[in-house]
Amino acid sequence: MATDPRRPITALLAVAAAAALAVTVLTPFLGGSGMDYGKLWRGESPDWEIFLNLRVPRTLLAFLAGAALSLAGALYQAVLREALATPSSLGVTSAAALGAVAAIALGSGEETGFPLVWIAALAGAGLVIALVAALARIQRFSSFTLLLTGIALSGISTALILLLHSLAGITRSFQIAHWLMGGIDAVSYPVLAALAAAVALGAAWSIRQARLLNVLMLGEAWAAGRGIDHRGLNWQSFAVGAWLVGTVTAITGPIGFVGLIVPHLLRRLCGPDYRLLLPLSLLAGGAFLVLCDTLSRTVLAPVEIPVGVTTALLGGPFFVWLLWSR
Amino acid sequence: MIPLSLEALQFAYPGQPPVLHGIDAVADTPAVIGIVGPNGAGKSTLLDLIAGQRTPTAGQCTLGDQPVHGLPRELLCRQIAHVPQLVPADVPLTVEQVVLTGRLPHGSGLFESEADYAAMEQALRHTRLTAFRGRPFAALSGGEKQRVLLAAAVCQAAPILLLDEPSAHLDPENEAAMWELFGELKQTGHLVLVVTHHLALAAQHCDRIWLLDQGRLAADGNPCAALEPARLEQVFRVPFHWHQNPEGRVFLTYGH
Repeated sequence: MATDPRRPITALLAVAAAAALAVTVLTPFLGGSGMDYGKLWRGESPDWEIFLNLRVPRTLLAFLAGAALSLAGALYQAVLREALATPSSLGVTSAAALGAVAAIALGSGEETGFPLVWIAALAGAGLVIALVAALARIQRFSSFTLLLTGIALSGISTALILLLHSLAGITRSFQIAHWLMGGIDAVSYPVLAALAAAVALGAAWSIRQARLLNVLMLGEAWAAGRGIDHRGLNWQSFAVGAWLVGTVTAITGPIGFVGLIVPHLLRRLCGPDYRLLLPLSLLAGGAFLVLCDTLSRTVLAPVEIPVGVTTALLGGPFFVWLLWSR
Repeated sequence: MIPLSLEALQFAYPGQPPVLHGIDAVADTPAVIGIVGPNGAGKSTLLDLIAGQRTPTAGQCTLGDQPVHGLPRELLCRQIAHVPQLVPADVPLTVEQVVLTGRLPHGSGLFESEADYAAMEQALRHTRLTAFRGRPFAALSGGEKQRVLLAAAVCQAAPILLLDEPSAHLDPENEAAMWELFGELKQTGHLVLVVTHHLALAAQHCDRIWLLDQGRLAADGNPCAALEPARLEQVFRVPFHWHQNPEGRVFLTYGH
Protein backbone atom coordinates (compact mmCIF):
# COMPACT_ATOMS: atom_id res chain seq x y z
CA MET A 1 0.00 0.00 0.00
CA ALA A 2 1.26 3.49 -0.83
CA THR A 3 2.56 5.70 1.92
CA ASP A 4 0.38 8.71 2.68
CA PRO A 5 2.94 11.54 3.00
CA ARG A 6 0.76 13.58 5.37
CA ARG A 7 2.01 11.92 8.54
CA PRO A 8 5.78 12.12 7.89
CA ILE A 9 5.42 15.67 6.58
CA THR A 10 3.51 16.78 9.66
CA ALA A 11 6.00 15.06 11.98
CA LEU A 12 9.04 16.59 10.27
CA LEU A 13 7.48 20.03 10.22
CA ALA A 14 6.66 19.76 13.92
CA VAL A 15 10.30 18.89 14.68
CA ALA A 16 11.56 21.72 12.44
CA ALA A 17 9.16 24.21 14.00
CA ALA A 18 10.30 23.21 17.50
CA ALA A 19 13.96 23.54 16.50
CA ALA A 20 13.38 26.92 14.81
CA LEU A 21 11.46 28.15 17.85
CA ALA A 22 14.24 27.01 20.18
CA VAL A 23 16.87 28.83 18.09
CA THR A 24 14.77 31.99 17.94
CA VAL A 25 13.99 32.00 21.66
CA LEU A 26 17.50 31.19 22.89
CA THR A 27 19.75 33.27 20.63
CA PRO A 28 18.63 36.72 21.91
CA PHE A 29 20.20 35.73 25.22
CA LEU A 30 23.58 35.29 23.53
CA GLY A 31 25.73 38.27 22.67
CA GLY A 32 29.16 39.80 22.63
CA SER A 33 28.43 42.29 25.36
CA GLY A 34 27.75 40.67 28.68
CA MET A 35 24.17 40.74 29.84
CA ASP A 36 23.11 40.67 33.46
CA TYR A 37 20.52 37.91 33.37
CA GLY A 38 19.38 38.77 36.89
CA LYS A 39 18.45 42.28 35.79
CA LEU A 40 16.87 40.91 32.68
CA TRP A 41 14.77 38.50 34.73
CA ARG A 42 13.63 41.36 36.97
CA GLY A 43 12.94 43.61 33.94
CA GLU A 44 15.48 46.22 35.06
CA SER A 45 17.29 48.76 32.90
CA PRO A 46 19.30 48.72 30.80
CA ASP A 47 19.39 44.97 30.15
CA TRP A 48 15.66 44.60 29.75
CA GLU A 49 15.50 47.45 27.21
CA ILE A 50 18.51 46.08 25.32
CA PHE A 51 16.89 42.67 25.20
CA LEU A 52 13.44 43.90 24.23
CA ASN A 53 14.33 46.70 21.82
CA LEU A 54 17.55 45.44 20.27
CA ARG A 55 18.09 41.72 20.56
CA VAL A 56 14.54 40.41 20.15
CA PRO A 57 13.67 42.52 17.08
CA ARG A 58 17.05 41.72 15.56
CA THR A 59 16.45 37.98 16.01
CA LEU A 60 12.95 38.26 14.61
CA LEU A 61 14.24 40.22 11.61
CA ALA A 62 16.92 37.58 10.98
CA PHE A 63 14.31 34.83 11.18
CA LEU A 64 11.85 36.51 8.82
CA ALA A 65 14.58 37.52 6.35
CA GLY A 66 16.13 34.04 6.32
CA ALA A 67 12.72 32.43 5.92
CA ALA A 68 11.81 34.67 2.98
CA LEU A 69 15.15 34.30 1.17
CA SER A 70 15.19 30.55 1.61
CA LEU A 71 11.60 30.22 0.40
CA ALA A 72 12.35 32.39 -2.64
CA GLY A 73 15.34 30.16 -3.47
CA ALA A 74 13.21 27.01 -3.20
CA LEU A 75 10.55 28.58 -5.45
CA TYR A 76 13.05 29.58 -8.15
CA GLN A 77 14.65 26.13 -8.03
CA ALA A 78 11.20 24.58 -8.45
CA VAL A 79 10.10 26.56 -11.49
CA LEU A 80 13.47 26.42 -13.24
CA ARG A 81 14.18 22.83 -12.10
CA GLU A 82 17.74 23.93 -11.40
CA ALA A 83 19.45 23.61 -8.00
CA LEU A 84 21.69 26.63 -8.69
CA ALA A 85 18.77 28.98 -9.29
CA THR A 86 18.63 31.45 -6.40
CA PRO A 87 17.68 35.09 -5.94
CA SER A 88 21.39 35.95 -6.17
CA SER A 89 22.26 33.84 -9.21
CA LEU A 90 19.22 35.14 -11.10
CA GLY A 91 20.22 38.72 -10.40
CA VAL A 92 17.16 39.48 -8.27
CA THR A 93 19.08 40.35 -5.10
CA SER A 94 21.40 42.76 -6.94
CA ALA A 95 18.51 44.38 -8.77
CA ALA A 96 16.60 44.84 -5.52
CA ALA A 97 19.76 46.33 -4.04
CA LEU A 98 20.11 48.67 -7.03
CA GLY A 99 16.55 49.88 -6.54
CA ALA A 100 17.11 50.42 -2.84
CA VAL A 101 20.47 52.16 -3.35
CA ALA A 102 18.87 54.44 -5.92
CA ALA A 103 16.19 55.33 -3.39
CA ILE A 104 18.80 55.95 -0.66
CA ALA A 105 21.04 58.00 -2.97
CA LEU A 106 18.35 60.03 -4.65
CA GLY A 107 15.56 59.91 -2.11
CA SER A 108 15.11 60.38 1.61
CA GLY A 109 18.57 59.17 2.54
CA GLU A 110 17.17 56.81 5.13
CA GLU A 111 18.51 53.31 4.84
CA THR A 112 15.31 51.50 5.70
CA GLY A 113 12.88 54.22 4.86
CA PHE A 114 9.57 52.58 4.19
CA PRO A 115 7.90 52.78 1.77
CA LEU A 116 10.27 54.46 -0.72
CA VAL A 117 13.21 52.05 -0.36
CA TRP A 118 10.83 49.13 -0.24
CA ILE A 119 9.01 50.15 -3.41
CA ALA A 120 12.31 50.81 -5.19
CA ALA A 121 13.73 47.42 -4.14
CA LEU A 122 10.54 45.69 -5.27
CA ALA A 123 10.68 47.52 -8.59
CA GLY A 124 14.30 46.46 -9.15
CA ALA A 125 13.61 42.83 -8.23
CA GLY A 126 10.40 42.80 -10.26
CA LEU A 127 12.02 44.23 -13.39
CA VAL A 128 14.84 41.71 -13.42
CA ILE A 129 12.66 38.71 -12.72
CA ALA A 130 10.18 39.85 -15.38
CA LEU A 131 13.06 39.97 -17.84
CA VAL A 132 14.27 36.51 -16.79
CA ALA A 133 10.73 35.09 -17.02
CA ALA A 134 10.19 36.69 -20.43
CA LEU A 135 13.45 35.23 -21.74
CA ALA A 136 12.44 31.83 -20.42
CA ARG A 137 9.05 32.12 -22.10
CA ILE A 138 9.81 33.84 -25.39
CA GLN A 139 13.38 32.78 -26.17
CA ARG A 140 12.92 29.32 -24.57
CA PHE A 141 16.23 29.84 -22.73
CA SER A 142 17.43 26.81 -20.77
CA SER A 143 17.72 27.15 -16.99
CA PHE A 144 21.50 27.29 -17.32
CA THR A 145 21.33 30.11 -19.87
CA LEU A 146 18.93 31.96 -17.59
CA LEU A 147 21.44 31.64 -14.76
CA LEU A 148 24.16 33.10 -16.97
CA THR A 149 21.77 35.90 -17.91
CA GLY A 150 21.08 36.46 -14.21
CA ILE A 151 24.81 36.68 -13.51
CA ALA A 152 25.16 39.28 -16.31
CA LEU A 153 22.21 41.28 -14.95
CA SER A 154 23.72 41.06 -11.49
CA GLY A 155 26.96 42.49 -12.88
CA ILE A 156 25.10 45.38 -14.50
CA SER A 157 23.23 46.11 -11.27
CA THR A 158 26.48 46.07 -9.31
CA ALA A 159 28.07 48.48 -11.78
CA LEU A 160 25.13 50.87 -11.47
CA ILE A 161 25.26 50.60 -7.68
CA LEU A 162 28.94 51.57 -7.77
CA LEU A 163 28.09 54.50 -10.05
CA LEU A 164 25.40 55.74 -7.65
CA HIS A 165 27.75 55.17 -4.75
CA SER A 166 30.48 57.25 -6.35
CA LEU A 167 28.07 60.06 -7.22
CA ALA A 168 26.46 60.20 -3.77
CA GLY A 169 27.60 62.68 -1.16
CA ILE A 170 29.77 61.50 1.69
CA THR A 171 26.94 60.87 4.17
CA ARG A 172 24.82 58.93 1.76
CA SER A 173 27.88 57.18 0.40
CA PHE A 174 28.57 55.87 3.92
CA GLN A 175 24.94 54.82 4.32
CA ILE A 176 25.03 52.98 1.00
CA ALA A 177 28.28 51.20 1.89
CA HIS A 178 26.88 50.11 5.26
CA TRP A 179 23.59 49.03 3.76
CA LEU A 180 25.29 47.06 0.98
CA MET A 181 27.13 44.86 3.47
CA GLY A 182 23.84 43.17 4.26
CA GLY A 183 23.14 43.51 7.92
CA ILE A 184 20.58 42.54 10.48
CA ASP A 185 19.93 45.52 12.70
CA ALA A 186 17.23 46.13 15.24
CA VAL A 187 14.18 47.54 13.53
CA SER A 188 10.92 48.77 14.97
CA TYR A 189 8.11 46.35 15.72
CA PRO A 190 5.79 47.93 13.11
CA VAL A 191 8.41 47.25 10.41
CA LEU A 192 8.71 43.68 11.69
CA ALA A 193 4.94 43.31 11.57
CA ALA A 194 4.87 44.57 7.96
CA LEU A 195 7.67 42.17 7.02
CA ALA A 196 5.91 39.27 8.78
CA ALA A 197 2.72 40.01 6.84
CA ALA A 198 4.62 40.16 3.54
CA VAL A 199 6.41 36.86 4.25
CA ALA A 200 3.18 35.20 5.41
CA LEU A 201 1.43 36.19 2.16
CA GLY A 202 4.27 34.81 0.03
CA ALA A 203 4.50 31.65 2.12
CA ALA A 204 0.76 30.96 2.02
CA TRP A 205 0.66 31.33 -1.77
CA SER A 206 3.79 29.22 -2.27
CA ILE A 207 2.71 26.35 -0.06
CA ARG A 208 -0.66 26.23 -1.85
CA GLN A 209 1.25 25.60 -5.11
CA ALA A 210 3.43 22.83 -3.65
CA ARG A 211 1.61 19.93 -5.29
CA LEU A 212 1.68 21.68 -8.67
CA LEU A 213 5.41 22.29 -8.26
CA ASN A 214 5.86 18.56 -7.61
CA VAL A 215 4.18 17.81 -10.95
CA LEU A 216 6.32 20.47 -12.65
CA MET A 217 9.39 18.37 -11.81
CA LEU A 218 8.34 16.19 -14.77
CA GLY A 219 8.57 19.15 -17.13
CA GLU A 220 6.20 21.70 -18.57
CA ALA A 221 4.70 19.38 -21.19
CA TRP A 222 3.82 16.85 -18.52
CA ALA A 223 2.43 19.53 -16.21
CA ALA A 224 0.25 20.90 -19.04
CA GLY A 225 -1.14 17.40 -19.60
CA ARG A 226 -2.19 17.27 -15.94
CA GLY A 227 -4.10 20.54 -16.22
CA ILE A 228 -1.48 22.96 -14.91
CA ASP A 229 -1.18 26.40 -16.46
CA HIS A 230 2.60 26.17 -16.24
CA ARG A 231 3.21 29.58 -17.79
CA GLY A 232 0.97 31.24 -15.21
CA LEU A 233 2.55 29.20 -12.41
CA ASN A 234 6.05 30.23 -13.54
CA TRP A 235 5.16 33.93 -13.76
CA GLN A 236 3.44 33.91 -10.39
CA SER A 237 6.31 32.03 -8.72
CA PHE A 238 8.85 34.47 -10.17
CA ALA A 239 6.73 37.37 -8.95
CA VAL A 240 6.27 35.96 -5.43
CA GLY A 241 10.02 35.27 -5.21
CA ALA A 242 10.73 38.88 -6.25
CA TRP A 243 8.18 40.11 -3.68
CA LEU A 244 9.96 38.20 -0.90
CA VAL A 245 13.49 39.16 -1.96
CA GLY A 246 12.62 42.80 -2.65
CA THR A 247 10.89 43.20 0.70
CA VAL A 248 13.72 41.63 2.68
CA THR A 249 16.48 43.39 0.75
CA ALA A 250 14.83 46.77 1.37
CA ILE A 251 15.25 46.22 5.13
CA THR A 252 18.46 44.23 5.46
CA GLY A 253 20.46 45.00 2.35
CA PRO A 254 21.61 42.22 0.04
CA ILE A 255 22.13 38.89 1.79
CA GLY A 256 23.24 36.14 -0.52
CA PHE A 257 23.36 32.34 -0.50
CA VAL A 258 20.56 31.64 2.03
CA GLY A 259 18.30 30.63 -0.87
CA LEU A 260 20.98 28.30 -2.16
CA ILE A 261 22.29 26.58 0.96
CA VAL A 262 19.10 25.92 2.88
CA PRO A 263 16.76 24.45 0.22
CA HIS A 264 19.57 22.40 -1.26
CA LEU A 265 20.57 20.80 2.05
CA LEU A 266 16.92 20.18 2.91
CA ARG A 267 16.32 18.53 -0.46
CA ARG A 268 19.23 16.21 0.23
CA LEU A 269 18.03 15.43 3.76
CA CYS A 270 14.27 15.22 3.32
CA GLY A 271 13.61 14.61 -0.37
CA PRO A 272 12.13 16.71 -3.13
CA ASP A 273 8.43 16.90 -2.11
CA TYR A 274 7.63 20.62 -2.14
CA ARG A 275 4.77 20.10 0.33
CA LEU A 276 7.53 19.48 2.86
CA LEU A 277 10.37 21.39 1.26
CA LEU A 278 8.67 24.80 1.07
CA PRO A 279 7.49 25.07 4.70
CA LEU A 280 10.72 23.45 5.84
CA SER A 281 12.75 26.00 3.83
CA LEU A 282 10.79 28.71 5.58
CA LEU A 283 11.54 27.39 9.08
CA ALA A 284 15.12 26.26 8.45
CA GLY A 285 15.99 29.39 6.45
CA GLY A 286 14.83 31.53 9.35
CA ALA A 287 16.78 29.50 11.89
CA PHE A 288 19.86 29.49 9.63
CA LEU A 289 20.01 33.27 9.35
CA VAL A 290 19.38 33.68 13.10
CA LEU A 291 22.38 31.41 13.74
CA CYS A 292 24.49 33.26 11.12
CA ASP A 293 23.58 36.57 12.75
CA THR A 294 24.42 35.24 16.20
CA LEU A 295 27.76 34.07 14.85
CA SER A 296 28.30 37.46 13.19
CA ARG A 297 27.77 39.41 16.40
CA THR A 298 29.62 37.09 18.77
CA VAL A 299 32.64 35.62 17.01
CA LEU A 300 34.68 38.86 16.88
CA ALA A 301 32.76 40.72 19.63
CA PRO A 302 32.59 43.59 20.23
CA VAL A 303 33.17 43.95 16.49
CA GLU A 304 30.20 42.77 14.43
CA ILE A 305 30.57 41.09 11.06
CA PRO A 306 27.76 41.98 8.62
CA VAL A 307 25.60 38.87 8.26
CA GLY A 308 25.87 39.12 4.46
CA VAL A 309 29.60 38.53 4.84
CA THR A 310 29.01 35.44 7.00
CA THR A 311 26.47 33.92 4.58
CA ALA A 312 28.79 34.66 1.64
CA LEU A 313 31.74 33.03 3.40
CA LEU A 314 29.62 29.95 4.03
CA GLY A 315 27.76 30.05 0.73
CA GLY A 316 30.67 30.61 -1.64
CA PRO A 317 32.42 27.32 -0.87
CA PHE A 318 29.02 25.61 -0.77
CA PHE A 319 28.29 26.87 -4.29
CA VAL A 320 31.63 25.54 -5.55
CA TRP A 321 31.01 22.21 -3.85
CA LEU A 322 27.58 22.06 -5.45
CA LEU A 323 29.09 22.66 -8.89
CA TRP A 324 31.69 19.95 -8.34
CA SER A 325 29.17 17.42 -7.09
CA ARG A 326 26.81 17.81 -10.07
CA MET B 1 -17.06 7.89 -24.51
CA ILE B 2 -17.46 11.46 -25.75
CA PRO B 3 -16.76 11.62 -29.54
CA LEU B 4 -13.52 13.28 -30.58
CA SER B 5 -13.78 15.24 -33.84
CA LEU B 6 -11.15 17.00 -35.89
CA GLU B 7 -12.76 19.47 -38.25
CA ALA B 8 -10.60 21.08 -40.96
CA LEU B 9 -7.89 21.33 -38.34
CA GLN B 10 -4.97 23.54 -39.30
CA PHE B 11 -1.96 24.75 -37.37
CA ALA B 12 1.03 26.94 -38.19
CA TYR B 13 3.77 28.34 -35.97
CA PRO B 14 3.95 32.14 -36.14
CA GLY B 15 5.51 33.27 -39.41
CA GLN B 16 5.87 29.68 -40.66
CA PRO B 17 3.95 27.70 -43.26
CA PRO B 18 1.23 25.41 -41.83
CA VAL B 19 2.37 22.24 -40.10
CA LEU B 20 -1.08 20.69 -40.41
CA HIS B 21 -3.65 21.32 -43.15
CA GLY B 22 -7.36 20.58 -43.03
CA ILE B 23 -7.33 17.42 -40.92
CA ASP B 24 -10.79 15.84 -40.71
CA ALA B 25 -11.39 12.75 -38.62
CA VAL B 26 -13.78 11.40 -36.00
CA ALA B 27 -13.13 8.87 -33.24
CA ASP B 28 -16.23 7.93 -31.31
CA THR B 29 -15.67 4.37 -30.14
CA PRO B 30 -12.95 2.75 -28.02
CA ALA B 31 -10.07 1.85 -30.32
CA VAL B 32 -6.31 1.88 -30.74
CA ILE B 33 -5.46 4.40 -33.46
CA GLY B 34 -1.91 4.57 -34.75
CA ILE B 35 -0.75 7.98 -35.97
CA VAL B 36 2.09 7.35 -38.39
CA GLY B 37 4.06 9.37 -40.90
CA PRO B 38 7.58 10.54 -41.67
CA ASN B 39 9.54 12.85 -39.35
CA GLY B 40 8.07 16.35 -39.45
CA ALA B 41 4.69 15.17 -40.77
CA GLY B 42 2.93 16.88 -37.84
CA LYS B 43 2.15 13.86 -35.63
CA SER B 44 3.21 15.38 -32.28
CA THR B 45 1.65 18.73 -33.20
CA LEU B 46 -1.63 16.91 -33.87
CA LEU B 47 -1.48 15.34 -30.40
CA ASP B 48 -0.77 18.76 -28.87
CA LEU B 49 -3.84 20.20 -30.62
CA ILE B 50 -6.05 17.35 -29.46
CA ALA B 51 -4.67 17.80 -25.92
CA GLY B 52 -5.62 21.50 -26.04
CA GLN B 53 -2.00 22.55 -25.59
CA ARG B 54 -1.95 24.48 -28.86
CA THR B 55 -4.69 26.54 -30.44
CA PRO B 56 -5.54 25.71 -34.05
CA THR B 57 -4.99 28.48 -36.59
CA ALA B 58 -8.11 27.26 -38.41
CA GLY B 59 -10.69 24.55 -37.87
CA GLN B 60 -11.22 22.94 -34.52
CA CYS B 61 -10.86 19.85 -32.40
CA THR B 62 -13.97 19.09 -30.39
CA LEU B 63 -14.94 16.76 -27.56
CA GLY B 64 -18.67 16.28 -28.03
CA ASP B 65 -19.64 19.74 -29.19
CA GLN B 66 -17.00 21.65 -27.16
CA PRO B 67 -13.73 22.87 -28.71
CA VAL B 68 -10.95 21.36 -26.59
CA HIS B 69 -8.89 24.55 -26.37
CA GLY B 70 -11.88 26.32 -24.81
CA LEU B 71 -12.50 23.71 -22.11
CA PRO B 72 -11.34 24.35 -18.52
CA ARG B 73 -7.98 22.63 -18.07
CA GLU B 74 -9.03 20.26 -15.27
CA LEU B 75 -12.14 19.19 -17.13
CA LEU B 76 -10.16 18.58 -20.31
CA CYS B 77 -7.53 16.55 -18.43
CA ARG B 78 -10.24 14.36 -16.95
CA GLN B 79 -11.16 13.46 -20.54
CA ILE B 80 -7.76 13.43 -22.23
CA ALA B 81 -4.43 12.21 -20.80
CA HIS B 82 -1.44 13.29 -22.86
CA VAL B 83 1.92 11.56 -22.49
CA PRO B 84 4.58 13.70 -24.19
CA GLN B 85 7.57 12.26 -25.97
CA LEU B 86 10.10 13.55 -23.46
CA VAL B 87 10.22 14.25 -19.73
CA PRO B 88 13.39 15.18 -17.83
CA ALA B 89 15.54 12.13 -17.15
CA ASP B 90 16.54 13.17 -13.63
CA VAL B 91 13.13 13.59 -11.98
CA PRO B 92 13.80 13.00 -8.27
CA LEU B 93 10.47 11.25 -7.56
CA THR B 94 9.59 7.63 -6.93
CA VAL B 95 7.46 5.60 -9.33
CA GLU B 96 4.46 5.98 -6.99
CA GLN B 97 4.88 9.74 -6.84
CA VAL B 98 5.09 10.01 -10.63
CA VAL B 99 1.99 7.87 -11.09
CA LEU B 100 0.10 9.99 -8.54
CA THR B 101 0.76 13.12 -10.61
CA GLY B 102 -1.95 11.77 -12.90
CA ARG B 103 -4.53 12.48 -10.20
CA LEU B 104 -4.09 16.24 -10.22
CA PRO B 105 -7.09 16.91 -12.52
CA HIS B 106 -9.30 15.09 -9.99
CA GLY B 107 -8.58 17.50 -7.16
CA SER B 108 -5.86 20.05 -6.67
CA GLY B 109 -5.80 19.94 -2.85
CA LEU B 110 -2.42 19.84 -1.19
CA PHE B 111 -2.64 16.07 -0.62
CA GLU B 112 -4.08 13.22 -2.63
CA SER B 113 -7.33 11.60 -1.53
CA GLU B 114 -8.06 7.93 -0.73
CA ALA B 115 -9.62 7.66 -4.20
CA ASP B 116 -6.36 8.91 -5.72
CA TYR B 117 -4.38 6.21 -3.92
CA ALA B 118 -6.88 3.56 -5.01
CA ALA B 119 -6.55 4.73 -8.65
CA MET B 120 -2.77 4.60 -8.34
CA GLU B 121 -2.86 1.01 -7.04
CA GLN B 122 -5.09 0.01 -9.93
CA ALA B 123 -2.87 1.75 -12.49
CA LEU B 124 0.26 0.08 -11.07
CA ARG B 125 -1.42 -3.32 -11.28
CA HIS B 126 -2.76 -2.64 -14.77
CA THR B 127 0.68 -1.67 -16.08
CA ARG B 128 2.44 -4.41 -14.10
CA LEU B 129 4.54 -1.92 -12.20
CA THR B 130 3.64 -2.90 -8.65
CA ALA B 131 7.15 -4.24 -8.04
CA PHE B 132 8.64 -0.91 -9.16
CA ARG B 133 6.52 1.30 -6.93
CA GLY B 134 9.18 2.49 -4.50
CA ARG B 135 11.98 2.83 -7.02
CA PRO B 136 13.43 6.21 -7.98
CA PHE B 137 12.12 7.23 -11.38
CA ALA B 138 15.55 8.57 -12.37
CA ALA B 139 17.12 5.14 -11.85
CA LEU B 140 14.79 3.38 -14.31
CA SER B 141 15.66 2.49 -17.90
CA GLY B 142 14.09 4.52 -20.71
CA GLY B 143 11.54 1.79 -21.35
CA GLU B 144 10.59 1.49 -17.68
CA LYS B 145 10.13 5.25 -17.51
CA GLN B 146 7.75 5.07 -20.48
CA ARG B 147 5.70 2.45 -18.66
CA VAL B 148 5.57 4.60 -15.54
CA LEU B 149 4.35 7.58 -17.57
CA LEU B 150 1.73 5.36 -19.17
CA ALA B 151 0.70 4.23 -15.68
CA ALA B 152 0.31 7.88 -14.67
CA ALA B 153 -1.87 8.46 -17.73
CA VAL B 154 -3.98 5.42 -16.82
CA CYS B 155 -4.18 6.74 -13.24
CA GLN B 156 -5.58 9.98 -14.71
CA ALA B 157 -8.69 7.92 -15.58
CA ALA B 158 -9.29 9.81 -18.81
CA PRO B 159 -11.13 7.88 -21.54
CA ILE B 160 -8.80 9.27 -24.24
CA LEU B 161 -5.05 8.60 -24.08
CA LEU B 162 -2.62 10.45 -26.33
CA LEU B 163 0.75 8.71 -26.41
CA ASP B 164 3.68 10.24 -28.25
CA GLU B 165 6.09 7.47 -29.26
CA PRO B 166 5.57 5.49 -26.05
CA SER B 167 7.57 2.48 -27.23
CA ALA B 168 10.56 4.43 -28.53
CA HIS B 169 12.95 3.10 -25.88
CA LEU B 170 11.56 -0.37 -25.36
CA ASP B 171 13.15 -3.73 -26.06
CA PRO B 172 11.02 -6.16 -28.13
CA GLU B 173 9.56 -7.93 -25.08
CA ASN B 174 8.47 -4.70 -23.39
CA GLU B 175 7.35 -3.21 -26.68
CA ALA B 176 5.06 -6.17 -27.32
CA ALA B 177 3.76 -5.95 -23.75
CA MET B 178 3.00 -2.27 -24.17
CA TRP B 179 1.06 -2.81 -27.38
CA GLU B 180 -0.90 -5.57 -25.66
CA LEU B 181 -1.64 -3.11 -22.89
CA PHE B 182 -3.07 -0.67 -25.44
CA GLY B 183 -5.42 -3.47 -26.53
CA GLU B 184 -6.45 -4.04 -22.90
CA LEU B 185 -7.11 -0.31 -22.49
CA LYS B 186 -9.36 -0.43 -25.52
CA GLN B 187 -11.24 -3.32 -23.90
CA THR B 188 -11.82 -1.13 -20.83
CA GLY B 189 -13.37 1.61 -22.97
CA HIS B 190 -10.37 3.79 -23.79
CA LEU B 191 -9.57 5.51 -27.05
CA VAL B 192 -5.79 5.22 -27.44
CA LEU B 193 -4.06 7.45 -29.99
CA VAL B 194 -0.45 6.35 -30.43
CA VAL B 195 2.16 8.23 -32.40
CA THR B 196 4.62 5.63 -33.61
CA HIS B 197 7.30 4.95 -36.20
CA HIS B 198 6.81 1.18 -35.82
CA LEU B 199 4.57 0.62 -38.79
CA ALA B 200 4.72 -3.16 -38.48
CA LEU B 201 3.52 -3.08 -34.87
CA ALA B 202 0.93 -0.46 -35.70
CA ALA B 203 -0.33 -2.67 -38.52
CA GLN B 204 -0.50 -5.61 -36.15
CA HIS B 205 -2.12 -3.95 -33.13
CA CYS B 206 -4.09 -0.90 -34.28
CA ASP B 207 -7.74 -0.89 -35.21
CA ARG B 208 -7.20 2.16 -37.32
CA ILE B 209 -4.35 4.18 -38.80
CA TRP B 210 -4.08 7.91 -39.39
CA LEU B 211 -1.30 8.33 -41.95
CA LEU B 212 0.10 11.86 -42.02
CA ASP B 213 2.14 13.20 -44.90
CA GLN B 214 3.44 16.79 -44.88
CA GLY B 215 0.71 17.87 -42.52
CA ARG B 216 -2.15 16.25 -44.41
CA LEU B 217 -4.16 13.18 -43.51
CA ALA B 218 -3.08 10.90 -46.36
CA ALA B 219 -5.13 7.93 -45.13
CA ASP B 220 -7.62 7.08 -42.37
CA GLY B 221 -8.75 3.49 -42.17
CA ASN B 222 -7.96 -0.02 -41.01
CA PRO B 223 -4.27 -0.97 -41.21
CA CYS B 224 -4.57 -3.02 -44.42
CA ALA B 225 -6.31 -0.17 -46.23
CA ALA B 226 -4.35 2.76 -44.78
CA LEU B 227 -0.93 1.12 -44.99
CA GLU B 228 -1.28 0.12 -48.62
CA PRO B 229 2.30 -0.40 -49.97
CA ALA B 230 2.05 1.99 -52.93
CA ARG B 231 0.79 4.80 -50.66
CA LEU B 232 3.46 4.10 -48.04
CA GLU B 233 6.17 4.16 -50.70
CA GLN B 234 4.88 7.53 -51.88
CA VAL B 235 4.89 8.90 -48.30
CA PHE B 236 8.09 7.35 -46.93
CA ARG B 237 10.01 7.00 -50.23
CA VAL B 238 11.00 3.36 -49.57
CA PRO B 239 9.21 0.26 -50.84
CA PHE B 240 6.87 -1.59 -48.43
CA HIS B 241 5.61 -5.17 -48.61
CA TRP B 242 2.83 -7.09 -46.91
CA HIS B 243 3.60 -10.74 -46.10
CA GLN B 244 1.40 -13.52 -44.79
CA ASN B 245 2.73 -16.45 -42.74
CA PRO B 246 1.29 -20.00 -42.92
CA GLU B 247 -0.93 -19.23 -39.90
CA GLY B 248 -2.52 -16.40 -41.85
CA ARG B 249 -0.96 -13.48 -39.88
CA VAL B 250 0.11 -10.55 -42.00
CA PHE B 251 3.33 -8.57 -41.59
CA LEU B 252 4.59 -5.34 -43.03
CA THR B 253 8.23 -4.95 -44.03
CA TYR B 254 10.06 -2.20 -45.83
CA GLY B 255 13.27 -1.64 -47.80
CA HIS B 256 14.68 -2.93 -51.05
